[in-house]
Amino acid sequence: MTNSTQPGILKGEAMMRTQPAAAAPKRAPFDEALARKMRRRGQKSRYSWLVPTLYIIFLMLPIYWLVNMSFKTNQEILGSFTLFPSNPTLRNYMVIFTDYSWYSGYINSIIYVVMNTVISVAVALPAAYAFSRYRFLGDKHLFFWLLTNRMAPPAVFALPFLQLYSAFGLVDTHIAVALAHCLFNVPLAVWILEGFMSGVPKEIDETAYIDGYSFPRFFVKIFMPLISSGIGVAAFFCFMFSWVELLIARTLTTTAAKPIASTMTRTVSASGLDWGVLAAAGVLTIIPGALVIYFVRNYIAKGFALGRV
Amino acid sequence: MEKTWNNKAWFLVLPVLLLVGFSAVIPLMTVVNYSVQDTFGNNVFFWSGLTWFEQVLHSRRFHEALLRNLAFSFTILAIQIPLGIFIALNMPRKGIGVPICLVLMALPLLIPWNVVGTIWQVFGRVDIGLLGRTLAAMGINYNYATDPVAAWVTVIVMDVWHWTSLVVLLCYAGLVSIPDAYYQAAKIDGASRWSVFRYIQLPKMHRVLLIAVLLRFMDSFMIYTEPFVVTGGGPGSTTTFLSIDLVKMAIGQFDLGPAAAMSIIYFLIILLLSWVFYTVMTNYDSGR
Amino acid sequence: MAKIDLSHIKHSYLPYPSRDEDFALKEVDHSWEDGGAYALLGPSGCGKTTLLNIISGLLNPSHGSILFDGHDVTHLSTQERNIAQVFQFPVIYDTMTVYDNLAFPLRNRGVPEADVDRSVRTILEMIDLSDWAKRKARRLTADQKQKISLGRGLVRSDVNAILFDEPLTVIDPHMKWLLRSQLKQLHRQFGYTMVYVTHDQTEALTFADTVVVMYEGEIVQIGKPDELFERPSHTFVGYFIGSPGMNVMPIELDGANARIGSATVALPGGANVGAGKTIELGVRPEYVRIGREGLPVAIRKVEDIGRHKIVRAELEGVELAAIVGENEDIPADPRIRFEPKGINLYADSWRVELGA
Repeated sequence: MTNSTQPGILKGEAMMRTQPAAAAPKRAPFDEALARKMRRRGQKSRYSWLVPTLYIIFLMLPIYWLVNMSFKTNQEILGSFTLFPSNPTLRNYMVIFTDYSWYSGYINSIIYVVMNTVISVAVALPAAYAFSRYRFLGDKHLFFWLLTNRMAPPAVFALPFLQLYSAFGLVDTHIAVALAHCLFNVPLAVWILEGFMSGVPKEIDETAYIDGYSFPRFFVKIFMPLISSGIGVAAFFCFMFSWVELLIARTLTTTAAKPIASTMTRTVSASGLDWGVLAAAGVLTIIPGALVIYFVRNYIAKGFALGRV
Repeated sequence: MEKTWNNKAWFLVLPVLLLVGFSAVIPLMTVVNYSVQDTFGNNVFFWSGLTWFEQVLHSRRFHEALLRNLAFSFTILAIQIPLGIFIALNMPRKGIGVPICLVLMALPLLIPWNVVGTIWQVFGRVDIGLLGRTLAAMGINYNYATDPVAAWVTVIVMDVWHWTSLVVLLCYAGLVSIPDAYYQAAKIDGASRWSVFRYIQLPKMHRVLLIAVLLRFMDSFMIYTEPFVVTGGGPGSTTTFLSIDLVKMAIGQFDLGPAAAMSIIYFLIILLLSWVFYTVMTNYDSGR
Repeated sequence: MAKIDLSHIKHSYLPYPSRDEDFALKEVDHSWEDGGAYALLGPSGCGKTTLLNIISGLLNPSHGSILFDGHDVTHLSTQERNIAQVFQFPVIYDTMTVYDNLAFPLRNRGVPEADVDRSVRTILEMIDLSDWAKRKARRLTADQKQKISLGRGLVRSDVNAILFDEPLTVIDPHMKWLLRSQLKQLHRQFGYTMVYVTHDQTEALTFADTVVVMYEGEIVQIGKPDELFERPSHTFVGYFIGSPGMNVMPIELDGANARIGSATVALPGGANVGAGKTIELGVRPEYVRIGREGLPVAIRKVEDIGRHKIVRAELEGVELAAIVGENEDIPADPRIRFEPKGINLYADSWRVELGA
């Protein structure tokens, strides 16, 4: 086990012929230091759970504070400093659920997010298939150009979007926001789906064509089920980025399609800081995201790697 | 995978092309159009050449915003990437802990960005926020609305809070894709934890780390909503990043020409830096 | 190298195993001799990899203990046990060169660079990769990668045992043969204790001095290749080893005679098996003679596989295979008989010794 005997029996041809294993130097004197080192390496770290735990506490504290506040009255929020609501109240939530201008924001957000998700995934599917299976004139440039749109700062596009959609009379409609969000969601969806599709062997396509499937039928009946987790992941990302984006959504809407997130900021400045309602509205915007995560929890790790691990 | 040459594939790409073309090319042309024209109002425009570009490129305001944004991006990359790797390495690999960790960690990613801002705005306030109150009680002078250092720290901690999970999840995905046999072989070879990380885990995380760095760089370089909600770009203009500055210019002051020119420069910088990142990291990969 | 004792080892992947079926590995109590070449043979899921991982310390057995040269190592980690293992899929460190891959286990143990260099060069010679030393390991072919995995085990001259977990799975057929003979040569030269897990009987029989056949978490026979062939101690061994496998016929025992339906076969000896057991007769196709004497059979099919022919016949409703020479004729009215030395008797699947 020690250094001195290391080359021992392995000394090339001559040694191989003359020296049987039994004659090889016996095990070296027991090396304490090395044994200890190896023992240490064999032990599992006992404190590794601490790291994710501390991190999660760090993540949850601000959210906890928001939830905490949403159950307090404004007097309690401003007057005293308490870790738990001393008089838990649902008033803040009641305000939101009974006021149309509040809860319509949720409906608007959900409408355009769903529209965007459906459109993005629907157009990205055939394109991703093309990129994953064929080479064609300008394919690489096209793919790169698509991705550059993901790099476009929303701030750059906010104003031109407003003018463009004004020209088409689309301002303050759900479809306008849904289409605008396609700018960054479609490239992302193409990228994710291309990753998943490249993992499906091409032989499957060929077999299907030999079996007499037409392209659309093959695509819907055979191919889409194979990449269903990829479609789920792409949809998840489209949902996520459309749900969290505010700059463009706010610019393109005034009242009829105004997203909840935007309702929130405006009410803050207008109604003299109703902290309780603000907190409740914030909590409510977290819930759809939490639900979506819960449903995709088993694909989440692979999904975030965009199918390209 | 061997791909066949087939120009008919263009038909499959057509819907994407039309949709993104409509949403990207027309607005971009508008921007280009504005960037080379000037107006005296009433929608009367005339050719102004590259004056706006020169003006923006020589303006101190733009230089400062650009530097601030670069400093911000590199700071959060320097924190989030190592931290994300470290947390991912210590995540449980099986059992009930896995879905709990994943769901809780992903939560900040799904919160609307202005709500993220609101959460931290509230959390950090000295009068009603847990963090602000605690720091004040400890005798630390902390007020993100008046103190530039506090404002910066708040914005950075907020971004770490918001986005580190993305890095964690990406790295975790890379880690779980490593077959058990690699860890077993490493045990048999007597490898130290560092060697396991250096020679097994890091190479396997390489691809996802590339994605993480690119995404985090691009998004942090475009950051707008969260700092805007918390600090409004202040105090003064100490947290005015490029996007905040741009929106101020375009919508606040309606200086369309300079704003458009700045947009184009801004976009080109992101493209250039992303390309540099990508090339450096892929070259490094193939060179090793 | 070391002698390895497996003392009453049992393993279950369940937290609270109660029934026999809960155990992936039923009781194993056996010794591997120092310097022996052993093969663990069995179908997928028979527990052979479990047993291997218990030896290497990747798994802790739920019961029993394991000793290297008389020292209890049950609770030692893999690192401390000082063994080498070659996995089913080649495990190499992608980013290192071939040389660094081989040096890795030594450097981890703090061996001085000069000794590392000497050992690595020797191993590079042995596994025939000297010209590749400075190449990145990931650019190699599967068999070269597998040789590196093996080399990383060989480079430590003091390992207690080298374990192989179906190491040739991803290797091309012609390379398989080459690698296997190189392994065998290494064993002869250096006398490593080697344990080789496989589901391929050819690999097992050509590699090992002693073959351990496993079936459903149990060791059903340990023996030299010819013992497994001549006297399979369990019908499974009969089926699993040989091509085609042993003919197993349900019979009724009548003293020293076996009745298959209405036919009677005289056994070389009598046996006392007790009542209520399923009695079977096992005869390898190599010991079934087709000619003009014996029991009448119907021929179903003749497969000519080159060196000899496999005859598929039916005796009293029981399918039988027989091997006949390439040039032997099969009579129009075929009859079969069993060579006495090839007759084995089984009670509830386990072999019963026939008395004189």
